[in-house]
Amino acid sequence: MSLFLPLIADSIAAEDPAARFIRLLTVFLLAMWVGFEVITKVPQRLHTPLTSGSNAISGITAVGAIVVAGALATKGGTLLGFLAVVLAMINVAGGFVVTHRMLEMFQPKKK
Amino acid sequence: MSSQAWINLAYLLAAMLFIVAFKLMTGPRTAVKGNYLGAVGMAIAIIAACFEKPVVESMTANGSWPLIMLAIGGMIGGGIGATMALKYPMTGMPQMVALLNGFGGAASVFVAGAELWNASAAARPPADPLAPWTQFAIATALTGLIGAVTFWGSLVAFGKLEELPQFKKAWTDPNRHWINIGLAVATLLLIWGVCANPSSNLLFWLLVVAGSALGCTLTLPIGGADMPVVICLLNSYSGLAAAAAGFVIDNSVLVIAGSLVGASGLILTAIMCQAMNRSLVGVLFGGLGTTATVSGDDIYAGKVKSASSEEIAMVLEGADRVVIVPGYGLAVAQAQHAVRELANALEKRGTTVEYAIHPVAGRMPGHMNVLLAEADIPYEKLREMDDINPTFPETDVAIVIGANDVVNPAARTDPKSPIAGMPILDVDKAKTVVVVKRSLSPGFAGIPNPLFAADNTLMYFADGKKAILDLTAALQQG
Repeated sequence: MSLFLPLIADSIAAEDPAARFIRLLTVFLLAMWVGFEVITKVPQRLHTPLTSGSNAISGITAVGAIVVAGALATKGGTLLGFLAVVLAMINVAGGFVVTHRMLEMFQPKKK
Repeated sequence: MSSQAWINLAYLLAAMLFIVAFKLMTGPRTAVKGNYLGAVGMAIAIIAACFEKPVVESMTANGSWPLIMLAIGGMIGGGIGATMALKYPMTGMPQMVALLNGFGGAASVFVAGAELWNASAAARPPADPLAPWTQFAIATALTGLIGAVTFWGSLVAFGKLEELPQFKKAWTDPNRHWINIGLAVATLLLIWGVCANPSSNLLFWLLVVAGSALGCTLTLPIGGADMPVVICLLNSYSGLAAAAAGFVIDNSVLVIAGSLVGASGLILTAIMCQAMNRSLVGVLFGGLGTTATVSGDDIYAGKVKSASSEEIAMVLEGADRVVIVPGYGLAVAQAQHAVRELANALEKRGTTVEYAIHPVAGRMPGHMNVLLAEADIPYEKLREMDDINPTFPETDVAIVIGANDVVNPAARTDPKSPIAGMPILDVDKAKTVVVVKRSLSPGFAGIPNPLFAADNTLMYFADGKKAILDLTAALQQG
């Protein structure tokens, strides 16, 4: 392990665009793979909460929206970024709340 | 450790929480926890984003104003989202998810658009334009396209599912394939344009417009019964748009979360297509492509037995085991509470009642389970197709409510049928089959159903909800 650490450190310090792209592509493909493996195990009856839950997670674009809006770099960019924050947060909050509502109904009733 | 390292660590934690969240979605008890962990992961990622270098630098220059603005935006969005989620009825879940999905797609477009706006302003073209064909340029183009298709496609899907009058008829203009091809060519040219000349904001927004048009023209022709596929596909797109936005701003948590959602949507799309025995290309580009060659009259002539609620109640009185098969029609008639009443009446008499759920029952994947769960029907009684099919020979009565093609035995017996090979619920193997239906009209596939003419089938012609209420009343009197 210690053998590779300097290599990794070096590659990040002077990362050329192609190497950076391939690093993100690696992350993308591996995450896709994990997604396929995990999600094929979700039973059919939970597919609606799965859809709305994953929908909430696609609101992760809020992170991008915050960085680009918070930078206050240009007026136009900030306005677009602010809209992105609002839209992404609708997606995030709506998605998690609605998923919770659905999952609550699958719980045994306490009455 | 630098602050960027801490931020990246927080992103890593968030990404792992997302994966655990999906993992916990495999069981109804653990899924609640999974959803919480997903929300925690999102909160961590969002807080970490507020410490990113551009935000911190702008706060040093502008005071706390950027943070206040972000908080206002977050509260507006979060408030709208949470209110929508709490107010919407469960039958409306598919359109609610479609709408939220669309907002996610639009957010990704705006992230890419904002980033491009800032970058092109900083690069001061034309003296020092942004380099062409970089990761930034290509990812910006793709985010704009996928996000726009997601947003407009989702809005159209919402309109269709909400049954807005403008969307009542599927758009079947014979020239639509040419329009789509034209839009596709324009889109490809604009992608090339944005990649080759990334400093131009105009080209990017033209691409967004083309993508928007494409999102509409691709979704408009798709019929109501194919909506589960569309919802899954748009869900996948919204994830891919977020992942593409991750490539724009070099952020791995966007790439990870986006690709997880992309994968999830693609799997569900494949499952839905398989359950409907249709190819994805078939769903997207052409009606069903088959014309019914067998007329229903030949199959049904003289063989269909119609029964009254009293007669059916008598059959039910003698049953030990009843399986209810709810379909799309039950969701439309909103009869899920009435069904629960009927099951209660039967269970009081000592009858075992279970529910057979076909994968495409309802308007989005798994929708029927949510509707029945809302009517307080215990989760354990909702059985999946492969699980319940072997039990039909031991079932005394199968009650089919608002389902047609998914119980058509022609799928199993007639290799020439358009639905040959489609997985179906084997209700015809039950001792008696009761079909609640308005008329003998064919289902979505447009083909007659030999089940209706079978010796062991009783047809009960009525509106789904009224039929079940009458049946329950007859059972309680008898």
